[in-house]
Amino acid sequence: MKAIELVGITKTFGSIHANQDINLDVEKGEILSLLGENGSGKTTLMNMLSGIYFPDAGHIFVDGKEVLIKSPIDAFKNRIGMVHQHFKLVDIFTAADNIILGEKMPPFSIREKSQELRLQAANEISALGENLDEEAKKKAISKINNKRNLKICALPFVKFGKAVAFNYLPRTRAKRLQAIADQYGFDIDLKKKVYEMSVSEKQTVEIIKVLYRGADKLILDEPTAVLTPQEIQKLFAVMRKMRESGKSIIIITHKLNEVMEISDRVAVLRKGKYIGTVKTSETSEKELTEMMVGEKVDLNIARELPIDPQPRLVVEGLTVRNKDGLHAIEDVSFTVNGGEIFGVAGIAGNGQKELLEGIAGLQPVESGSIIFYNPKENKPVTFFHNDLKQIKKKAEMGMFHYPDGTPVDLKGKSAKEITRLVNEEQILYYENEVIDLNKRTPREIQELGIKLSFVPEDRLHMGLVGNMSIIDNMMLRSYRKGKSIFVNRKKPKALADKIIDDLGVVTPSDMTPVRRLSGGNVQKVLVGREISSSPKVLMSAYPVRGLDVNSSYLIYNLLNEQKARNTAVVYVGEDLDVLIALCDRIMVLCGGKVSAIVDARNVTKEQLGLLMTKMPETVERYDYNVAPQQEETKEEEKNND
Amino acid sequence: MLVTLLSRAIRIAAAFLYGSTGETIIEKSGHLNLGIPGIMCFGAVGGCIGADMAQKGGAGAFGIIVATIFFAMLFAGAMGLLYGFFTISLRCNQNVTGLTITTFGAGVLGFWRKNLLNIVVSDEGTITFKAASDFIKAPMFGAVGDDWFSKIFLSHGTLVYLAIIIAIVVAIVLKKTRTGLSLNAIGENPAAADAAGIKVIKYKYISCVLGAAIAGIGGAFCLLDLQSGSTEYPIEAIGWLAVALVIFSLWRPGIGILGSFVFGLLYVMPNYINGIGTEYKKILEIIPYAVTALVLIVISFFNKRETQPPTALGVPYFREDR
Amino acid sequence: MINNKIHEPLFHLTKRTTGGSKRAWALRAIAFAVSVLVCGIVTIIIVAVNNEQLSQAGRYFEEYSFEQYFLDFGEGVFGSPRTIWNLFQETAILLIIALAVTPCFKMKFWNIGGEGQVLMGGLGAAIVIRFMMGKGYSDGLIIFLSLLLAIGLGVAWAVVPALFKAKWNTNETLLTLMMNYIAVCLVSFFVAKNPTAGSNTIFFDKGGTIPPIGPQEFVGKEFVLFIIAAAVITTIMAIYLKYSKHGYEVAVVGESPNTAKYVGINTKAVIIRTLVLCGVLCGITGFLLVSAKDFSLREDTVGGRGFTGVLISWLGQFNPIFMVVTSFLVVFIQRGSAKVATYQAFGTSYPSVMAGIFFFFIIAVEFFVNYKFVFREDIQAKIDAFNEKVKLTLSKNKKVEEAPPVVHIQAGEEQKEEPAQDVVEEPASVEESVKEEK
Repeated sequence: MKAIELVGITKTFGSIHANQDINLDVEKGEILSLLGENGSGKTTLMNMLSGIYFPDAGHIFVDGKEVLIKSPIDAFKNRIGMVHQHFKLVDIFTAADNIILGEKMPPFSIREKSQELRLQAANEISALGENLDEEAKKKAISKINNKRNLKICALPFVKFGKAVAFNYLPRTRAKRLQAIADQYGFDIDLKKKVYEMSVSEKQTVEIIKVLYRGADKLILDEPTAVLTPQEIQKLFAVMRKMRESGKSIIIITHKLNEVMEISDRVAVLRKGKYIGTVKTSETSEKELTEMMVGEKVDLNIARELPIDPQPRLVVEGLTVRNKDGLHAIEDVSFTVNGGEIFGVAGIAGNGQKELLEGIAGLQPVESGSIIFYNPKENKPVTFFHNDLKQIKKKAEMGMFHYPDGTPVDLKGKSAKEITRLVNEEQILYYENEVIDLNKRTPREIQELGIKLSFVPEDRLHMGLVGNMSIIDNMMLRSYRKGKSIFVNRKKPKALADKIIDDLGVVTPSDMTPVRRLSGGNVQKVLVGREISSSPKVLMSAYPVRGLDVNSSYLIYNLLNEQKARNTAVVYVGEDLDVLIALCDRIMVLCGGKVSAIVDARNVTKEQLGLLMTKMPETVERYDYNVAPQQEETKEEEKNND
Repeated sequence: MLVTLLSRAIRIAAAFLYGSTGETIIEKSGHLNLGIPGIMCFGAVGGCIGADMAQKGGAGAFGIIVATIFFAMLFAGAMGLLYGFFTISLRCNQNVTGLTITTFGAGVLGFWRKNLLNIVVSDEGTITFKAASDFIKAPMFGAVGDDWFSKIFLSHGTLVYLAIIIAIVVAIVLKKTRTGLSLNAIGENPAAADAAGIKVIKYKYISCVLGAAIAGIGGAFCLLDLQSGSTEYPIEAIGWLAVALVIFSLWRPGIGILGSFVFGLLYVMPNYINGIGTEYKKILEIIPYAVTALVLIVISFFNKRETQPPTALGVPYFREDR
Repeated sequence: MINNKIHEPLFHLTKRTTGGSKRAWALRAIAFAVSVLVCGIVTIIIVAVNNEQLSQAGRYFEEYSFEQYFLDFGEGVFGSPRTIWNLFQETAILLIIALAVTPCFKMKFWNIGGEGQVLMGGLGAAIVIRFMMGKGYSDGLIIFLSLLLAIGLGVAWAVVPALFKAKWNTNETLLTLMMNYIAVCLVSFFVAKNPTAGSNTIFFDKGGTIPPIGPQEFVGKEFVLFIIAAAVITTIMAIYLKYSKHGYEVAVVGESPNTAKYVGINTKAVIIRTLVLCGVLCGITGFLLVSAKDFSLREDTVGGRGFTGVLISWLGQFNPIFMVVTSFLVVFIQRGSAKVATYQAFGTSYPSVMAGIFFFFIIAVEFFVNYKFVFREDIQAKIDAFNEKVKLTLSKNKKVEEAPPVVHIQAGEEQKEEPAQDVVEEPASVEESVKEEK
């Protein structure tokens, strides 16, 4: 009998089909991997099993019976337990308290209980040895009977006592729960407070919680994303033990090696559709990758060769920790050139966010260097980043020359004269400025022209203010300019109108709060603003997420325009087709490390897919990425020649 | 002298204790109810009506006390329900709703004192609830000895002991039972509680109503016991101190028992200190508030998780709309 | 097969993203009208019930009718030039306090310490007046210094919670609440230390306080000063919030702390700066109250206006122009019912009861402004059918002026009467009700 069977499940959010006619089944005592790219609808599907969403159509069968799952309570009743990616634990409680939270004690019947006691007594009597003499036997029997009668008499009181006791938190709860933990080989101190715990401990608590509530069908949503390799092995050991005891497990993961290692069967989803289920023993990573990424789609995105690519941003050995203290980015090195689009591929949550935020100064960098080559060669110095003193000092260091090529000597010149020279753009830089971005504030970094347009799941969370109008959002970056105490809305208004026109933002007016726009339009506003500031480095993460085809192409064109302006564009994307068609080079991240940096012009989707799902240690060196970065750049330069 | 001071302090402490125990229950569910002073006023009105009705109906001491408590809880509970409806179902701002209830409650008490008193007391002249108050104030343990122990601890009315009993029960429920665990979870992380199958909305409503009802008894106690049935003095000040006491007791009703005694002592002490001018007594009145402010700052400084206000305090919770 | 639709709840709530402000203002206007009406009904019921109860007891209220109620109410508000001026003065005071706390709220800093901050301002003014008056200093100097000290103490009371909030994230709601009472105690200490004419109040002769300004026929009426101050501060605050860089930063910090961090705004500095501004305005208000209105200082010089200011600010959506309206409405209710109270001998608490009722309505209406009910398809079909019917009947009765937007008002009004549990999704009961329908 199947533990869970889904038939024809469909779920839509607005116009987006999150799940379309999905069929899926899990046997008892089986581990099923649910595989798919970001946005393929895995989590949505599982949320319908755990009672968070309700399907628009389709049927769910649990243990052969059709059921309705309207809320988490229904899921508990059907013995389905889900461990969410974001843990739902109360921080100041101990692990044990979190586990028993919300549990209801079942009522018990006095009649059944007294029968049970009688039976128990009868068993005890029959168990008395034959070799006892009559006297001793009689004594023992009457003793047992007395005890039984006493217990039965006490039952009503016990019930009353129990009614209180049910609600009472037993002091030894941690000890009792430890038994469950030991049964499956969890290594955890149940008396520890959750806020003192590591991520893996928290996950363990969630799993024990689900088991304790009687679940025999477990859903684990990307459990390995937050764990170290050792912890993953521990988790797998536990999962195998659970399988042995007849539990069914659905595990959502992106990592193919883990899929191959742990699961019995693999179900693959792609873009909300069910692709198929295969036995792990009868498949290969290659086949799975193909199922996951699908056929190559020709996107016809125009791609020019980079013009005069010079290193703009050089990152060496960058390591960033995330909020939980784990390495989100570990020893990452790469160079982004001006005039190219540098793609970053990887399953979401493999360090992309931390990488960009680390560069933008929003996350503390643990180690490594980020060097920015400010393209100043033969460009005039301005008062924008330098005051008079700094200009004098730089002139002394011999950093400037006049348009005719003679070196600048500002000694003996009055402040007024220097100001005039600067304003007339007579003082030019000899070479690019070399700036270490590490330990600079986000504001300084921005003002250097390094713009981050990050599109998180919640678009309004960062970068835009939902309740403010489009115009006000335009000036988030620039409102400080000028000495006036008032903000100047003229330029932002012009910019807003331009973006609305150019990008086709659908909005009643430029005064409309951004919150009221649809997701795609919000994105256009955000990307449009970042691009408008003529950045030197433009980092853009998932800029086309949730956009329709036409809007996506608009964004691609914008990025290409930036590329033509000699901007260094970092493009973090999830659609491999787009990455391959749009970018010049692609860096693949997996588990916060660089799997490879490849030439986008001759890489295939399958190769990228494999790189994305394998930890770097196990990556075989493919032919196409043996060439180190510098050589590659040279090659490109040659091409340009 | 010292004996009367301590005895008086304990009596006043009971009023604080009712208010703070009630507010603690509400805050544990993640709702900061600044309407406690108003709710206590409502409780006072209800208590007086109840006591008067019972007395006119010829009830004995026990009946009067029960009627007082019942009606105080009823009136205050209704206000708690209103607060809950506004903040839980209508999703209104908690501070704004609370302050409105305080304005409204204080107004109703004043208005009732001035006018509607006539409904419940028909005799002429100044109207007090002296007769009913005598029953409420009567020492619970009857006539007791003249020694200091009896005077301090045994000479109070029933409601004083009830306050302590309620505080202890609430402390035990919060700390030792599954109900308390669920309530704590809702105040800390309602999403987690929801995922664990706890009916968050139901719990919030119950705690808002129950907390208000308990605070309401405190209001009735103020009027009928502390003020001997006289309705002349406002009781909001005691309500605000009760809110302060919740912080002072670090959201633990058990500590609240001691805390309320400290507050009571500080509250009455100025009257028992001889040899200083009235103006310095006013300065002494600052102490409870100042100490509470200090406690607030100190706990935020040490930032120890266990002593923080409930994490979701003041944060509305709605399960995501589909 | 199971029909899934049965198990969907009757309706659920979604935030209104579209829908004009016209509807919102119409709803608010209705709420205001209803609240005044309810105040009247409550009053009349009270009178009637009392008379019923007291048929033997001797004391009667006078017979009271709706017309009389509204007449009295109107007289309280617009009875004479004097009452109108007082109306404006009170509006001005409340408005300034509300304006002071508004930037804090916009920043999501829940400063409910307006009461204490204003009172400390008053104390500051009183201290200077008390110790410098009658010692040969010029009035101008005294006024200047008292304004200075008022602002100083007001700022001190506002900036302390801000510092702790910025430094250790201390809960500002509770801390400002405590500071209110410390301020009250300090004032009563000062008053008790310097008693004049009675024990609870310190009175000043007119010297050292602001001389009356205004039309000569209302000599000694200082309200003009308040109105000017309120007008100036409202304008400045409206401009500050909308057009200044500071105001912009305040809005960003309040709306999205993450975005503030992202664009490099120093949140702590913004918090402290905003609270200093709040303290300045509160200090000025305290100064005005003491030296231009009451000419005295008491514990309840502020008299709950600090809290009312919080409510006004919130109800005015933190928009200075809207706040002019809300503060006027609040005072309207207070003044009107104060007059009713005088005529009916209801006592001084009656206006707060009425203000409470008013606030309840205005708070509740925000829910209907911000959320809408999305009904399950079959229910929505029924509602549509009902609307059709209504329209049909209306057209039969030849009242086809314009099809009224029945759907929304219907939905909103109906729910208003529903008990609390119905707004919460409760699948079980829904299931039953649907079965019953079948």
